[in-house]
Amino acid sequence: MERAGTRPPNDVPVVLVNEAANGQVIYATNRAARLAGMASGARVVDMRAICPELRVDYADIAGDRVALNRLSLWARRWCPWTVTDGENGLILDTTGADHLAGGEVTMLAEMEALLAVSGLTPQLAIAPTWGAAWALARYGTVRAICNYEQVAETLAPLSAAALRLDGATLLLLRRLGLKTIGALADVPRLSMARRFARDALECNPMLRLDQAMGRLAEPVASVEERPWIIAQVRLPDPIQDPTAYLPDLCASLCAQLMAEGKGCRRLSLTVYRTDGEVSTLTAATAAPSRDAKHLRSLFDDKLDKINPGFGFDLITLEAVLIEPLQIVQHCLDRAGEDEVELTQLIDRLVVRFGTAAVKRPVSKASHIPERAEHWVNPLIIAHSYAAATIKERPIRLLDPAEEVRVLYAVPEGPPAQFMWRKQTRRVTRYAGPERIAPEWWRDRPNTRLRDYFKIEDQAGQRLWLYREGLHEDGRGGDPRWFVHGMFA
Amino acid sequence: MSGLLLKKRISRPASPSVQQKLVLSEAFVTTATDAGVVGFILAGLQDRVAPILWVQDYLSQKESGRPYLPGIGAMRPIIQVTVSRPLDVLWAMEEGLRCKTLACVVGELWGDPKALNFTATKRLALRSEAAGTPCWLLRRSASADLSAARERWRLSSLPSALHPQDAQAPGDPRWKAELFRSRSGSAGTWVAQYDRSSDRIDLSPALRDGAVGEGDGTRRHAAAQ
Repeated sequence: MERAGTRPPNDVPVVLVNEAANGQVIYATNRAARLAGMASGARVVDMRAICPELRVDYADIAGDRVALNRLSLWARRWCPWTVTDGENGLILDTTGADHLAGGEVTMLAEMEALLAVSGLTPQLAIAPTWGAAWALARYGTVRAICNYEQVAETLAPLSAAALRLDGATLLLLRRLGLKTIGALADVPRLSMARRFARDALECNPMLRLDQAMGRLAEPVASVEERPWIIAQVRLPDPIQDPTAYLPDLCASLCAQLMAEGKGCRRLSLTVYRTDGEVSTLTAATAAPSRDAKHLRSLFDDKLDKINPGFGFDLITLEAVLIEPLQIVQHCLDRAGEDEVELTQLIDRLVVRFGTAAVKRPVSKASHIPERAEHWVNPLIIAHSYAAATIKERPIRLLDPAEEVRVLYAVPEGPPAQFMWRKQTRRVTRYAGPERIAPEWWRDRPNTRLRDYFKIEDQAGQRLWLYREGLHEDGRGGDPRWFVHGMFA
Repeated sequence: MSGLLLKKRISRPASPSVQQKLVLSEAFVTTATDAGVVGFILAGLQDRVAPILWVQDYLSQKESGRPYLPGIGAMRPIIQVTVSRPLDVLWAMEEGLRCKTLACVVGELWGDPKALNFTATKRLALRSEAAGTPCWLLRRSASADLSAARERWRLSSLPSALHPQDAQAPGDPRWKAELFRSRSGSAGTWVAQYDRSSDRIDLSPALRDGAVGEGDGTRRHAAAQ
């Protein structure tokens, strides 16, 4: 694959290389280089001798792999199941999907045209099995299409290399005089089995032949589960703004969800750009929902975040995560709809402010005050630990606790006077101490214990004050005082 | 589940309906770190289990802390929203008031933001009345400028009541509640005392006799009494 921006003219031989033990080795070639006799696996110094005007560049194998993965997702515009095949192949399971593009011939032409726009030169083939498609795409005619009955005769004249075998096996077959797939197929199965029965798949011509002929199943394991619920709209011309199409997409999606008895928890809106990229927006809901208006509102402020590039011509709305949602008959006074309203409120807040800004506290089993409550994502259903609070706890907590300066210390009990936020406070009454020891199974070894006091100052404010550590407990200097919260 | 019992020892005929009506109320907190106002609001809520939407701007949270679940009561779900812009606080409150299942919507705003004008408060008030959900706007370090709030309070903590067992310790909280503007009743100043064990709030007229009322309630004063 040639990197964009520095594309050389077609008639200049270009090779991509990577470093090997004995210097640079050719990894891929363009057509001009192939015609000049370059082959992948050859050493660059040798090839330079043959073709002095050769242009050499480093191969970006990891980048190519990422691009191929992206391309496999982009290819889902034709069918739901796609998977990458090796370093340079894509397998699309188009069974039952070709009529959407107007038949197999039209679909191949459309694929070639769209890939050519992205600067790729595809070799396409349609066959009933993975193995046959692999062989036809690389060794067959241009845009070959074969159906199930023709597999054997279509593959027969092709080289044995079309069976996805490794080099040693190919050499062996050549020495045995089995140069084509047809010749291999004519060998009695018993003799083949006797010779190759214990070999692994990539050096076993019998198994590879079975795969190509469809006698051995080779399913397309798509990278993610097949989307169940999806609504899409194809556009005659590329556009930049999907807003106008959203209500219809949502309505169509909700109708499908209704038919399945499902509600969606996560939605993704994908636009397929004309330059071969996809851009996706996701939204989540706190409870399964199939309310078209509500789902539509989840994308309200997000649509400007979608990157339209030079426009897109296909929009899909997919329910990524779905959960069962049955039709429930509510009471006549609509009493059961409370839960729905609350989750929809959470959805709207999360969509606008993000999950970091919207939180729900749940109780945890911990003595340490800041750990007694845990802030969770409101979209997650978390169960609160039913804490039996015996001691009185403040109604507000400062996070983190603020250190105070003690003006007038008293040996036992809280300081008689302290300064907090530049104001002097005199302690008139106090309750305590309540000692809270560090949790040794979580804290660092030298964490100090805390003595909490509920104090009231001269103005009537009730604060939660604590002293960290004791005098001469061997864990630092003098104990420090902090304000941790406010009582009502 | 027991509802809130209101025992009013108020001599005026037109008494304020402490959170009985579902309206927008505005509470001005005289000291930023004073959590008395939070106690006053929570004590007055009718619904003990419904969730509360609590919207804070960032500065309010830094200056006056965040709601603490063990102190409020673990049974009550809280949805906490922390945003930086006052406009977002108002937006979140309005969204909350579209939902009829909340026990209360509380918004905390620091200072006098431009976004909080008469129109904004009017919107909140109308939404609150339409939804039947009480709405509280807590203002800290703010001036009481033009507002459509149906009730406007000025709240501060008072020295607490005597602790029944321990004279050294602070007892039930007491607050000074000054209703300086009300659409339904007449204004006035009360001392509110919250009895945690029986979950009820007592309102009594502010004491005119300063000798007892202004003391800090320590043993010294109790003895003088």
